[in-house]
Amino acid sequence: MTATDTPAAGASGALRRAGAALAGGGGGTVFALLVLVFAVIFAINPGFARPPSLLAFAQQAAPLVVLAVGQYLVIVSGELDLSVGSLVGAQVVVAARLIDGQEPMTLPVLLLMLAFGAAVGLVNGLVTTVLKVPSIIATLGMMLVLYGAVRLWTGGAPTGALSEAFRVAGRGDAVVLPFIGGVPWAVVIAAAAGAAAVALMRSPYGRTLTAVGDNATAASFSGARVWRVRTLAFVGSSVLATLAAVLIGGFAGVTAQVGEGLEFSAITAVVLGGVVLGGGRGTVLAAIGGALAVEALFTLFNQLYLPSTIQPAVQGLIIIAAVAYAARERSRRSPRAPAAAGGPEKSPREEV
Amino acid sequence: MRRTRVLLAAGAALSLALTACTTDTPTDGPGEEGQTSPSGDWFDAEEYETQLAQRDMEPEGPADEPWLQAIDPSYVDTSQYALEGEDREDPTVCFSNASVSNPWRVTGWITMQQQVEVLQESGDIGEFRVSDAADDDNQQISDIQTFVDSGDCDAIIISPSTTATLTPAVEAACESGAPVIVFDRGVNTDCHVTFIHPIGGYAYGADAAEFLVEELEPGSRVLALRILPGVDVLEHRWAAAQQVFGESDLEVIGHEFTEGDGATIKDLVTQHLQRGDVDGIWMDAGDGAVAGLEAFEDAGQPYPVISGEDELSFMRKWQEEDLTALAPVYSNFQWRTPVLAASMILDGEEVPEEWVLPQEPITEDELDDYLERNADMPSLHYAKFGGEDLPGFPEAWQDR
Repeated sequence: MTATDTPAAGASGALRRAGAALAGGGGGTVFALLVLVFAVIFAINPGFARPPSLLAFAQQAAPLVVLAVGQYLVIVSGELDLSVGSLVGAQVVVAARLIDGQEPMTLPVLLLMLAFGAAVGLVNGLVTTVLKVPSIIATLGMMLVLYGAVRLWTGGAPTGALSEAFRVAGRGDAVVLPFIGGVPWAVVIAAAAGAAAVALMRSPYGRTLTAVGDNATAASFSGARVWRVRTLAFVGSSVLATLAAVLIGGFAGVTAQVGEGLEFSAITAVVLGGVVLGGGRGTVLAAIGGALAVEALFTLFNQLYLPSTIQPAVQGLIIIAAVAYAARERSRRSPRAPAAAGGPEKSPREEV
Repeated sequence: MRRTRVLLAAGAALSLALTACTTDTPTDGPGEEGQTSPSGDWFDAEEYETQLAQRDMEPEGPADEPWLQAIDPSYVDTSQYALEGEDREDPTVCFSNASVSNPWRVTGWITMQQQVEVLQESGDIGEFRVSDAADDDNQQISDIQTFVDSGDCDAIIISPSTTATLTPAVEAACESGAPVIVFDRGVNTDCHVTFIHPIGGYAYGADAAEFLVEELEPGSRVLALRILPGVDVLEHRWAAAQQVFGESDLEVIGHEFTEGDGATIKDLVTQHLQRGDVDGIWMDAGDGAVAGLEAFEDAGQPYPVISGEDELSFMRKWQEEDLTALAPVYSNFQWRTPVLAASMILDGEEVPEEWVLPQEPITEDELDDYLERNADMPSLHYAKFGGEDLPGFPEAWQDR
């Protein structure tokens, strides 16, 4: 192809690699950005540095962190999940209608939501992998189906109410610590989801997932069942979206607009974390950092009294800029060895 | 390989950004009026004064049927539309609805259907044809055209999705010869027989703002929560509030757009509470008022003085927590009036040219009464829906 492909440029050594780690559009960059945004917020409003304010911030950011982890699984495998925002909305509205304020209904409805979330993910995954519909279309379709179905079912206005027990996860405190105050359940749950995802990505499944995203053909030659790996990623995304729905519904109750636009916030977060659309790169920690950075950025805008209508525009710019930046950095680097994961010693075998 | 992936990524990002802009439907407000105008100035002093004056006028018509009352009406003769003899039996009435995309419109739409059933029973209306444009101007233009082309409509009712864009379609409906009834949002023509609407956005916004000015000490800090910019009645509400606040000693610490989303509202209110006291909340529509109040609970702060709307979850919270609050009303019962007007016009009865319905906020004194009357109604139902005397009450509104 062009000169950017030649392996010549890569000799400048460790210094350059260290610089690239911080500026290369990956995990280092997003945490640098996060620190910077927080520094500006603290400068504007020193009161924000107090533990209760920071914990309130973490509570607000928790659903997006959970969604970003789910979106990360799908994006790193080379796909996209646009249906999560609608799924969150559908889950909250369905939960409110089925629970209708009755405490004993909480657990059955939670289990039902989990099953529904997994089913949506399974459909997304199978439509993408078996029917070969590009995931951007498959999940866009799912987004519209869920959006429309919920409005059809509720006649445009959600009814019912969530039980107090349901709302504990999104609203209540897990423990009250001295000097710090209440630590919200949402923060604990998001941290647990993040930790689980980190462990998952270090497991054989996680490595295969990344390999599939990097080069599906190579991964399948080395023995990965691509369709199954990707389908599971979609299921993971939808289940985590369900968890996010529990947090969001718990946080603020049910409104007709709940969940709208969340898919873009989640994708923005993941992309800002340097997880490249197209798959195969980036860490789950960076995606979480991306979610926190997006949330922090919006908090900053709020502190600056900028209108909240600026958010979609900024999200769009972030997505474009982050992807362009990552692409530029990558094309400067020397080409990597093709799809290392999976192990060259395994003999290629037929994909089922 | 790498190049194509980069292109793919950039393409995906671009399409994401583009869809991010288009998926926001611009009428998530409490229902009303969707004229988007490039002009930043929404304040019309003359109209503002008119609406404020209309609040104090005694409406004409039966006091127990506010949907038939009219403020300062000037009647028009409709004898040219009167149907005689066999024609008057079971006339077809056509209704082009902008959408049922929010709880306010859903509530009103149910009321209208129940009213239609009554009129069908009595034979005043025959077939009731309905189209729903789902907030799409182009769809509504073609819906109206379909009604006109069919030639079956003895009367056409239109609830326009936006003002300027729908004007030619309404004119086309007028030219068909059938009487045209416009309600809720207006259009820039007077070819229709009657235009039905409550007093308006200025009155709503001023009611809310005047309440806060009255209840709060000078120097108190007020936060304004708005649904979204650019929707005319919502802008009118805010323009009126700015006018009232501007003449007061209250400090408006900010105005935020929330799209009526509870999570966004709670988020924004929490952030404002982190920065200082919030003594009052002004809302341009009651959606998500409860989430805003919960932010005070979770922050351990005393409740603010708040103006919400006559939406039931807010009113119930108001009663439970004994808040200092007001429920401004954008009269939902206006959905009954157009079908009744259609029947009157086909009888040749005179109707007000501009049918201004009463629009009175619910105060603390009336709170218990309205909650009792709506005791069996779900959340996101509007207290002044005005359908208690219709035969489908209460099941039709419960089961939505």
